[in-house]
Amino acid sequence: MDARRMSRAVPRVRQVGFFTPNTPVQQPRPQSAAPSSESPPLSDSPASNSLSPVMIPPPRHLSDNLGGRTAAVPVPGRENSGELPTVGSYNPSESVLWLDSPPRSRIGDEELSEGAESSLGWYRRSNSAKFASSLPSGGFNLSTVKHPESVAAVEAKNPLPGKSEAQKEQASSSKPLKAKTTKAERRALQESQRAAKAASKAEANKSGTAGEAPSSKPMKQPPLKKDGPPVASSIAASERIGVDRSVEKERKKDLPPPRKQFDDESRGGRAKRRSVLNQPEARNRVELFRHLPPHKNGTQLPYLQSKFFELQEKHPAVYKVGLQYLAGDLSGGNARCIAMLQAFQEAIRDYSTPPEKTLSRDLTSKIGGFVSFLIECRPLSMSMGNAIRFLKSRIARLPLTLSESEAKTTLCSDIDRFINEKIVLADKVILRHAATKIRDGDVLLTYGSSCVVEMILLYAHELGKQFRVVVVDSHPMLEGQKLLRRLVVKGLSCIYTQLNAISYVMHEVTRVFLGASSIFSNGTVYSMVGTASVAMVAHAFRVPVLVCCEAYKFHERVQLDSICFNELGDPDAISKVPGRVDVNFLDNLTDKQKENLELLNLKYDATPSDYISVIVTDYGMIPPTSVPVIVREYRKEYLLI
Amino acid sequence: MDFQVVVLAGGNSKNLTPLVSKELPKPLLPVANCPVLNYVLHQLEQSNLKDLIVVVEGEDAALLVGAWISGTFIDRLHVEIAAVPEDIGTAGALRAISHHLTAKDILVVSGDLVSDVPPGALAATHRRHDAAVTTMLCSIPVSGPLESGSSGGKDKAKKLGRYNIIGLDPSKQFLLHIATEIEKDARISKRILHAVGQMEMRSDLMDAHMYAFKRSVLQEVLDIKDTFQSLKEDVLPYLVRSQLKSEALLNRTPQGEENSNEKVSSQNNQAFISRILANASTPSFHGLYSENPDGSSSTRKTHKCCVYIASSSSYCVRLNSIQAFMDINRDVTGDADHLLSPNNIIGPSPKLGTKTTVGPNCRLGEGSEMGDKCQVKRSIIGRHCRIGSHVKAVNSVVMNHVTIGDGCIIQGSVICSNVQLQERVVLKDCQVGAGFVVTAGSEYKAESLAKKEK
Repeated sequence: MDARRMSRAVPRVRQVGFFTPNTPVQQPRPQSAAPSSESPPLSDSPASNSLSPVMIPPPRHLSDNLGGRTAAVPVPGRENSGELPTVGSYNPSESVLWLDSPPRSRIGDEELSEGAESSLGWYRRSNSAKFASSLPSGGFNLSTVKHPESVAAVEAKNPLPGKSEAQKEQASSSKPLKAKTTKAERRALQESQRAAKAASKAEANKSGTAGEAPSSKPMKQPPLKKDGPPVASSIAASERIGVDRSVEKERKKDLPPPRKQFDDESRGGRAKRRSVLNQPEARNRVELFRHLPPHKNGTQLPYLQSKFFELQEKHPAVYKVGLQYLAGDLSGGNARCIAMLQAFQEAIRDYSTPPEKTLSRDLTSKIGGFVSFLIECRPLSMSMGNAIRFLKSRIARLPLTLSESEAKTTLCSDIDRFINEKIVLADKVILRHAATKIRDGDVLLTYGSSCVVEMILLYAHELGKQFRVVVVDSHPMLEGQKLLRRLVVKGLSCIYTQLNAISYVMHEVTRVFLGASSIFSNGTVYSMVGTASVAMVAHAFRVPVLVCCEAYKFHERVQLDSICFNELGDPDAISKVPGRVDVNFLDNLTDKQKENLELLNLKYDATPSDYISVIVTDYGMIPPTSVPVIVREYRKEYLLI
Repeated sequence: MDFQVVVLAGGNSKNLTPLVSKELPKPLLPVANCPVLNYVLHQLEQSNLKDLIVVVEGEDAALLVGAWISGTFIDRLHVEIAAVPEDIGTAGALRAISHHLTAKDILVVSGDLVSDVPPGALAATHRRHDAAVTTMLCSIPVSGPLESGSSGGKDKAKKLGRYNIIGLDPSKQFLLHIATEIEKDARISKRILHAVGQMEMRSDLMDAHMYAFKRSVLQEVLDIKDTFQSLKEDVLPYLVRSQLKSEALLNRTPQGEENSNEKVSSQNNQAFISRILANASTPSFHGLYSENPDGSSSTRKTHKCCVYIASSSSYCVRLNSIQAFMDINRDVTGDADHLLSPNNIIGPSPKLGTKTTVGPNCRLGEGSEMGDKCQVKRSIIGRHCRIGSHVKAVNSVVMNHVTIGDGCIIQGSVICSNVQLQERVVLKDCQVGAGFVVTAGSEYKAESLAKKEK
């Protein structure tokens, strides 16, 4: 599926399979000529270097290449003009959500306008500046989102300077050991520091609240950016010293950490020592995917189980969820996210701050420990990453005056609210929207088992619509059978088929409903492997493809292929057919023969946005090009929830 | 981890007479010069389980066990000793200490288990499935002496009885049937068979008597069925039998939860969430069964009975017969010597006479003295024994403070503490109770000698 690597503007020249180095593909790129001169198009560079027959850059230079690639794709820059006017047109769908929370809508509006303004300015700038290098770290959207927040934080700091000073004084006086200077000297030092701080604060405030604020914008971007004006960096430095560090720290926290590359020797060693589970050897894994974390089931489960009582610091609820991830008892984006949040909720309930520590800091690190444990059990899905980010921001945002029990109840209710608003209510809204697209006599096709799609089908059935369902399934998960069972039990008429028969059943299908694990800013749908094929076939047959996905699963990352980020499944699952003793051709290979065999069980793939007609989300039905708008406009609201 | 550990140490065991006595209750029976209870406690300690409840039958035994534990594990373990009356069975013992149980799950371990299977594995399986009860199964150990194994016919019949008939589901995660004795006919619930579709019957597995119970379930069962005596023979089969029709006892908890959610809307959301979770997880047959034909989850209550099957490479034996005692002694010094805890280091090496040979897989306690030209093979000799010259000991266990006269031949026997063997005694496959005096020149074969009770 090479097509996903092409930009949307490019005419359909599809290169499938292997390329020969002496016929480099010169794709016409009418609109993005300038960036492509700086950074050669992706398809050229590896082919001309003849690194590998398949056009994958070596993962070590991932960030560079990604930058180059994203520069070549004119998504954010070019769409800017087309997209900004559409902000207004989303108001109807906004009201859908805000019906549920009327008091917040006003605040949301204010911030929306501010955010739009600032991001507008930013985009205008970024068209001229070379911003693309910050893309892989997810920086560009974050910075737009974070900006108003940090301003708010600065503003919130200002009204109570007296109090914080008093606290500081107390703190300094309570540490007599450290202070060898006299009281007067200390006093003088403090005064000077305070003055410097106030000055820098004022400066930051001025630059922050000023509408255009061109000089403060670049410093929000990660330091990767090289050709930023020197003035800005100096201001940034002064701000970094002066302004409260928590803002900055928080920003750092919110950046998704660079993914570990598992074929990187130097990093692997350290991670290995730190991890609870021992990493299995990267043997017989497909070369192209060695950078992905290896699948851990099988050998790891007994090991982890035997360590049950030794890992005391992991809360039992978290431990249980981790085991369920590892054993594959629990799958599906929503379910995993809910289970994780509920486990965290329980952990928070049982939490008590150790002496001489503050709740917000200690709890954040504790949650971080839980998360890294869960990652070891199974890589997190995007939705879970978003949920964790939400929780951490809630913890960081807790007022210091709150008592421990109050803070805990606040956090628990926050988590409940997140589950209810972002998942349960979102699903209900999606049901209503999607059901309008189902008409009598329709033949709906779905792939795998998506809980939203299932609910849509059942809901439409309850509404009395007459339709048939085609459930397409694939090995080795065979999740479709679970869905099928529940549908058939409810009295829907279903057709069940495997993915390899997709082109035959597509003739009679009138709509395709798909679930998604995540949707990226460029409209790429990241979903269970096989979804891309279904969407492509549907596209070829001119069948509309509706992707149903809650907005909390949207991610600001831009991803063009499913190779950089993916998840590996159990390789044995595809080499063995469950319940078929007669299909055992791979069983009795000798060890030497097995060296020639590499098993690849990918879990996800990326569907390019070309194949998607509409995305049904809790903010309404949107085209895939509007995903960045949702991410940009609603992310902060959702962090503020 | 919200687990409470109960060690059922037992007291006097009829199976083990004459080895155990009032002075030496079963938990303190030395295996390779180290009380058998030590193996369990050591294993638990290694798993970071430091708060234990040790249940001992009989006040006197409890005092002895308590003294030993506090002497051995001074600071390392926090142990509560509970004395229960004798002959109330394992279930009765748990019933007696029921009010001490507070944690969410209870890990019940038999005190006579010599095993290297980490208890955490069982607990993790239990948690993962959210089971009502999880039991550990292990493969049946190789039994019988290595050579000249002529155990009596009576013993063989006993060994047969130890086999369990165990029914598992195809994924080997759930327990569908368990019977301790071989009966002519086994009763299997039609309902379970219908729900599972396929059942695997095994007789090569043994219930290792290590269970994880959900506390609420355990207490309810113990409360309602007050005739239940044994965990293994009453409680576990009952739970397995009733897993698809759990009675009122198991329905209470969820009802209580539901009542706490007062708002209708939040209850709605809860149902929604639980449906998402249920749909996403791999359904076990319990879930499929409790589903009504129309797909809605019904009022049929089920609970899960899970198993953890120890891998065949791990060591797991219960000391519940004399034969098992011999086997464990043999294995602990031989193949499974990693089980010996570090506090079992041999003291100052015993004094050996000239031309005395001590073969491999032997263990000599501190302060023992041996005369000239003795032969010791695959045997364990306790502390402060005095052994004369020309003594031959093969496959035997000699406990502490034993005096053995010149020219004795001991084969496959157990000699308890303070026994006096006078000269030229020949013992084969015998058990000699504590304090017994064997007169000079006597020969015994496959007998059990003990002092008469006063």
